[in-house]
Amino acid sequence: MGTWTWFHKLSSPPHFYRIAGKMIPWFAIPAALLMAYGLYAGLVLAPADYQQGDAFRIIYVHAPAAWLSLMCYSVMAVAAAVGLVWRIKLAHALAAATAPIGASFAFLCLATGSIWGRPMWGTWWTWDARLTSQLILLFLYLGYMALRSAYDDLGKADRASAVLAVVGIVNVPIIHFSVTWWNSLHQGSTVLRKGGPAMPPSMLIPLIACFFGFTFLYAALACVRVRAEVLRRERNAHWLKDLTAPRLGAQ
Amino acid sequence: MTPRQKRLWTLVAVLVGLGLTTAVALKGFESNLQYFYDPSEVHGGKAPTGKSIRVGGMVAKGSVVREPGNLQVQFVITDFAESVTVKYTGLLPDLFREGQGIIAHGQLQDGVFMADEVLAKHDEKYTPPEVAKSLKKRHEGMGGSANAPASATTMEGTPR
Repeated sequence: MGTWTWFHKLSSPPHFYRIAGKMIPWFAIPAALLMAYGLYAGLVLAPADYQQGDAFRIIYVHAPAAWLSLMCYSVMAVAAAVGLVWRIKLAHALAAATAPIGASFAFLCLATGSIWGRPMWGTWWTWDARLTSQLILLFLYLGYMALRSAYDDLGKADRASAVLAVVGIVNVPIIHFSVTWWNSLHQGSTVLRKGGPAMPPSMLIPLIACFFGFTFLYAALACVRVRAEVLRRERNAHWLKDLTAPRLGAQ
Repeated sequence: MTPRQKRLWTLVAVLVGLGLTTAVALKGFESNLQYFYDPSEVHGGKAPTGKSIRVGGMVAKGSVVREPGNLQVQFVITDFAESVTVKYTGLLPDLFREGQGIIAHGQLQDGVFMADEVLAKHDEKYTPPEVAKSLKKRHEGMGGSANAPASATTMEGTPR
């Protein structure tokens, strides 16, 4: 019962707006620390790979970006589903706030992969299952964002885009398992694999730090963006007028 | 049933249906979703002839023959059961070497695969140079093949 009331309280916009604001430093500071350590240790301190040389270091951006692009989509789809079923507007707000972040990570993943692929594989791009499904993920994000902006009515935009987000979730397991289900040019996963990570700790620890750092970065960005989304939606609400009145009066 | 429950079950039903449809569709298109054929499939007649395909396998030890004075190269790729001879003219990727997994695009002509593109496949293993060296040394000391370091060579997924 306790969690239920907490959940209910969280779905009130003023309360949510305040909580999200308070959470920002709790996500942003760990993100900055972990990313600073992970990127420095990965890009500078970690040993080079015996075959790929320094080119392997792109993994410290590529793999966390790939993970975030999938995690953001899952967050977006679950939030959209909650919004559809329980008619919680804040859930739609979270999905809408997450989409551009996820799209950015998906793009970063494709771009870094392409830069690595040219010297290592011998091609910038190829239509193998992993690359193609990841490109579809980027298009799903862009489609979601385009669909939202096609409606003037916020309620319609929320519902229509939520259906797209929920349907697109089938692509997430396809991306993850594409390298096991079919033979592909892209290698299997290094960290989550049978028999443990295929990397020594000197390379692995900075990578794990980057994974967590990027995840905290998402959380911080999501808090900032979802607050902006709440402001936009509640621009005529009394609580917001009360919140801004003293500041506006002081000017 | 309340409207909320109805919406929830509709959503669950849609997701289950969608999941099943996708699974069936992917199963149906399985052969189109494979990026390459392995030498066993080529020999087993599963790979189409007379059109461009990709063949993937490990570059066999000691099989690389370079034409002096030009970019022509010939080598054998193997999946440890069957092998295919590949002829190619052009630049090879950095990771191309004997014992490395590669994927060649081209056509099969009289039993020889005439490639117009050769890509190197990298596996999921990462190894610092010192570790690779000591692994190799230990392996050779035990009388193993020089194939040793972290076997960055196996075409994972080849035997299906």
